[in-house]
Amino acid sequence: MPKVKVDGVELEVPAGATVLQACEMAGKEIPRFCYHERLSIAGNCRMCLVEVKPGPPKPQASCALPAAEGQEIRTDSEMVKKAREGVMEFLLINHPLDCPICDQGGECDLQDQSVAYGRGSSRYHEHKRAVTEKYMGPLIKTVMTRCIQCTRCVRFSEEIAGVDEIGALYRGENMQISTYLEKASTHELSANVIDLCPVGALTSRPYAFEARPWELKKTISIDVSDAIGSNIRVDARGREAMRILPRVNDDVNEEWLSDKGRYMVDGLSKRRLDRPFIRLDGKLKAVSWDEALAAVAKIAPGNSIAAVAGDLVDVETMYAAKKLLSGLGSSVLEGRQTGLAYDTANLAAVNFNSGLAGIESADAILIVGSHVRWEAAVLNARLRKAVKHGAKVFIIGPEWATTYPAEFLGSDASVLNNLPAHVWSALQGAKRPALIIGGAGLAKGALEAGLAISEQLGFVRTLEDGSVWNGFNVLHMAASRMGGLVLGYAQKGGISDVAAAKPKLLLSLGADEVDYTKFADSMIVYVGHHGDKGAHAADVILPASAFTEKVGIYVNTEGRVQFAEKAVFAPGDAREDWAILRAIAQVLNVNVGFDSFDELRSALFAEYPALLVDGGLIDFGPLPTGVSGSAAGEIAYPIKDFYLTNPIARASETLAKCSAELLHGSQPQAEAAE
Amino acid sequence: MLSRGVHPLMADRHIYPDSPELRARWGNFAWTEANAAKAKEIVARYPEGRQRSASMPLLDLAQRQVGAETNTQGWLPIPVMEYVANYLDMPIIRVVEVATFYTMYNLVPVGKFHVQVCGTTPCMLRGSDDLISVCKAKKMPTGGVSEDGLWTFTEVECMGNCSSAPMVQINDDNYEDLTADRFEGILDALARGESPKTGTQEPGRHTVEPAGALSNLHAMVGENHDYRGEW
Amino acid sequence: MALQDKDRIFTNLYGYQPWNLAAARARGDWDNTKALMERGRDAIIQEIKDSGLRGRGGAGFPTGMKWSFMPKESKDGRPSFLVINADESEPGSCKDREIIRHDPHKLIEGALVAGFAMGARAAYIYIRGEYIREAETLFAAVAEAYDAGLVGKNASGSGYDFDVFVHRGAGAYICGEETAMIESIEGKKGQPRLKPPFPAGAGLYGCPTTVNNVESIAVAPTILRRGASWFASFGRENNKGTKLFQISGHVNKPCVVEEEMSIPFSELIEKHCGGIRGGKDNLLAVIPGGSSVPLVPAEQIWDAPMDFDGLRAVGSGLGTAAVIVMDKSTDIVRAISRLSYFYKHESCGQCTPCREGTGWMWRVMERLRKGDADVQEIDMLWNVTKQVEGHTICALGDAAAWPIQGLIRHFRPEIERRIAEKGGALREAAE
Repeated sequence: MPKVKVDGVELEVPAGATVLQACEMAGKEIPRFCYHERLSIAGNCRMCLVEVKPGPPKPQASCALPAAEGQEIRTDSEMVKKAREGVMEFLLINHPLDCPICDQGGECDLQDQSVAYGRGSSRYHEHKRAVTEKYMGPLIKTVMTRCIQCTRCVRFSEEIAGVDEIGALYRGENMQISTYLEKASTHELSANVIDLCPVGALTSRPYAFEARPWELKKTISIDVSDAIGSNIRVDARGREAMRILPRVNDDVNEEWLSDKGRYMVDGLSKRRLDRPFIRLDGKLKAVSWDEALAAVAKIAPGNSIAAVAGDLVDVETMYAAKKLLSGLGSSVLEGRQTGLAYDTANLAAVNFNSGLAGIESADAILIVGSHVRWEAAVLNARLRKAVKHGAKVFIIGPEWATTYPAEFLGSDASVLNNLPAHVWSALQGAKRPALIIGGAGLAKGALEAGLAISEQLGFVRTLEDGSVWNGFNVLHMAASRMGGLVLGYAQKGGISDVAAAKPKLLLSLGADEVDYTKFADSMIVYVGHHGDKGAHAADVILPASAFTEKVGIYVNTEGRVQFAEKAVFAPGDAREDWAILRAIAQVLNVNVGFDSFDELRSALFAEYPALLVDGGLIDFGPLPTGVSGSAAGEIAYPIKDFYLTNPIARASETLAKCSAELLHGSQPQAEAAE
Repeated sequence: MLSRGVHPLMADRHIYPDSPELRARWGNFAWTEANAAKAKEIVARYPEGRQRSASMPLLDLAQRQVGAETNTQGWLPIPVMEYVANYLDMPIIRVVEVATFYTMYNLVPVGKFHVQVCGTTPCMLRGSDDLISVCKAKKMPTGGVSEDGLWTFTEVECMGNCSSAPMVQINDDNYEDLTADRFEGILDALARGESPKTGTQEPGRHTVEPAGALSNLHAMVGENHDYRGEW
Repeated sequence: MALQDKDRIFTNLYGYQPWNLAAARARGDWDNTKALMERGRDAIIQEIKDSGLRGRGGAGFPTGMKWSFMPKESKDGRPSFLVINADESEPGSCKDREIIRHDPHKLIEGALVAGFAMGARAAYIYIRGEYIREAETLFAAVAEAYDAGLVGKNASGSGYDFDVFVHRGAGAYICGEETAMIESIEGKKGQPRLKPPFPAGAGLYGCPTTVNNVESIAVAPTILRRGASWFASFGRENNKGTKLFQISGHVNKPCVVEEEMSIPFSELIEKHCGGIRGGKDNLLAVIPGGSSVPLVPAEQIWDAPMDFDGLRAVGSGLGTAAVIVMDKSTDIVRAISRLSYFYKHESCGQCTPCREGTGWMWRVMERLRKGDADVQEIDMLWNVTKQVEGHTICALGDAAAWPIQGLIRHFRPEIERRIAEKGGALREAAE
């Protein structure tokens, strides 16, 4: 723990800290452009120069200099002030003065730092450099004349995404950032470079010229496009969610967000169910709320009612529906829309026990039936980190393009029953062995076989440092899944049991992946927000709120409870889901025990205290023991199109474009003249 | 007020656009038998797992092969860069970075003779302006090829022949101690298909000794003198 | 007393005799190299230290000390490497070329001896791409050395295994910077690395690496054979040995010549170069150490000793001992502006002050050349050079700044004259 002095104040810093980190610990702001905590150190922008003694009589790049015992660091000297002014001036001489028409304006590091550290006027009277635009795909808009060559985007794609497709071509003042042959960026985390770009060189193409940062109301929320629960911020203007950005949460998404989570935002204002409908003579007819609720009352299901939860719903919605059903004497609840029926008696067995962050420290990982890039793009970046730290990765399932070295062992789940010797010994020899079972693995009996291996090899163990390692993981795909399982949205035989029960009334909570032909005899009441598959099958449509339009709790695949806030109001006559369910209870004369959202939450927390802590992990207890079983069958990943996995994404024009161009090879559409 | 404006980037250096025609011409690029052996030998110069080190020599080899096929100094069409990237199992963007960084990789087609006149100060002091004038008078294009397919002109930076300046490098050979006349003579000879003398063009000069007034190492002129006896 | 031929190391400097192994052996190279190595690593390094040899690539760091920074033995299994800098690209410099094409075996033998002394497993000789024929000679010479068992397994019968590889550059001055060179050997763009870590700790392929100039390595065997005291008998204190000088520009007989360190400029020019073109009085200024060092006006250079300290005393440096002579016919502003263009052209583009500053400085220099500027812009340019100098990852920024500083320091009246001639003095301050 070296002791250093920063501007005369002595402090101790952790071994391995840089001078920049030491300065920050001392409460000093160090301006920077190229330095980023999650990327390798480039040291190229030279903005973070400080004075360090002992050392050469010139300023040092603090981002790259290790803090060492006895250093005297100055961030406030004349040398430092001049150095910053100089670098700032150099950065600006070839940077266009187009802030008024730049989308980065108002949230631009270059603007902010030039105000704070610049000289105020330019002495540059030569021609400015102009750089041709580089096409980077439907998500990333480029204005490369604004680029300050910090190479954050290059480092991100190489180091984090593992898709080495951005480079700095040519050299000197002609150095240009480009993808290979100006092709679209082709991975699921591509738009994160927009956040990383400290200037307006890479901005959001769909969001171009839509709003200014100071017009936006910022609301914290949770991404529902997968089961990771990425922390997000919804920026809204008036009644419209304009954009979604990731928030930092080192335990969950670090500071990344999948392109789908970011860009399904325009789907929130398309194909919306903004008033109730009922089906008359096979056709949907817009009606008033009273008429719609009367239609529900008319069904009079008694206890012949079942509820199916969709992938995007929050815990409160599912809880309200559960209360409604129990009031009617039913407990037929299910959330696994596509037919999965794994055992849920012990939820530890279907949890991502190592934790999303914990998987980074695994040293041997066996993945069974998961296309991780598509099912949990942010987790895939963690797996890449694990591999960089030396982990070996083996995958059972059809091949997909991993972003790290991995060995595919075959596409039939039965490989799990009889692992190749080298895989077995790799897992056996590992300090932190891990298993990740995806939905496609669960479908083929991998859960029982996996639990058996886990027990045999001791995937749960106490490490040398006394901490407990649990390397048994299930990776879900739906944001609602773990919350639903906690609430009991699981029948022994899965949704087949629900169909077999032939409920008079099937309550569909935004369930858009269900095969509704199995429910031909049921009256289907759809409570949801998009005119998707569920609405098409529905007899009554009760327009509800999307995730940005309500307060809600989500439990991610590692059992982490996270609270989302309400960013905007639902459109038209749509209502919050809980209120709709409360209204149904009213017309069916059921007492659900709450009249307000607060009362609902109180009841929920009383029944499930583990849900009370925002950010907390639910303790599901120990893994079951003595489980045996064998996996069998050709693994088939459920996601056929990464960009179109949920009703909001399917309503998004942006993601439709991504799907067409990036997955189906259509030519990029020419931009309309701006 | 001084004029403000923009200066467009690198007119003379850009990647030759990808096109179906380019793919048709170069998409099947593969090492010749001799170059395949050479490539193997090159990769072996570097430690195991460090084959990326060979990207530079292999780009050079590829450029030379393209040159042999086109009877020019050679250049690097995109499919050829892709071939090298595949050969070394490295991301193509990293190969393109290398190809665009180093000036000896021609990114666009060049003529049979790539006339590279050194224009840096030591050559400038000894008359490189005159040599550049010769090239201009002969209408040698920069970043392109003359109509007869023979010439591409590039003003290059210091080539390390300063004590025999001014100099020109044409493909693999240097011509030093040039004057406009001497230079024109060389160009004409090349155009005629001859192989003019390389190195210094100063009559009586051997290499970089003081021309015509050797000041040291006289004994070496006539014999491979061993000075150890005088130690 | 000037250097005698018998004390010249590079006796085939002018290539009157063949470069090949047989001829090199007849001149004394590879003469019982095994015996040199048998003295042991420490003794070799001590001899080099005692000789006072300072790096011949420009920075002048004591060579023996540099070798001693290498780990005595590998604690973690990583091998060590010697990288030999033959990326001779500094305008004015053309000495390593002569060693490589006329005396390559001195370099290869030096590589073995130096590599052995520092415990290196192999040497990579990085030769600039434009030295095409020179590289052909070097490849052939290395092959000869392998065939004769001088390098490779049990090199020279010493029991020490040592490989020598040649890596060709492809046109980038910056690769002469040691960490850019390492990047380039690794097959990347030649962009200098951040230091620390220094190459001696983590260099080529992350292994301990020493980068030495061709001349520094090539003189080592002779120093060992003739002894440190012999080498140290030349030159002034702290500036020992013999040195290859390369004289270009406005002298009557430009040449490369090995001379004693500290030889006065006048003697170097009069003895070997036939004097200044048009006579001593026609001398305007000299860039004494390659393009990176500031120019020195005639009156200050004439008697200056050509060594590290002597040239520092006149505000410049020995650099690579590339002496660029300019007589009074020289457009001095253009001469320096052309160097500014060179640095702009060769900037790798990685760090801000150099990427942006070299272009800015060159553009202002071009206007100053034509007088198309305001007088105040001279000070502004000075200020910009100071904003580049000392703020970059590598020394290219300093190298781009210093020639301009030298020009302004010594030729400000000439710049002002041009501006005045253009009527610039009457113009409004540009804003």
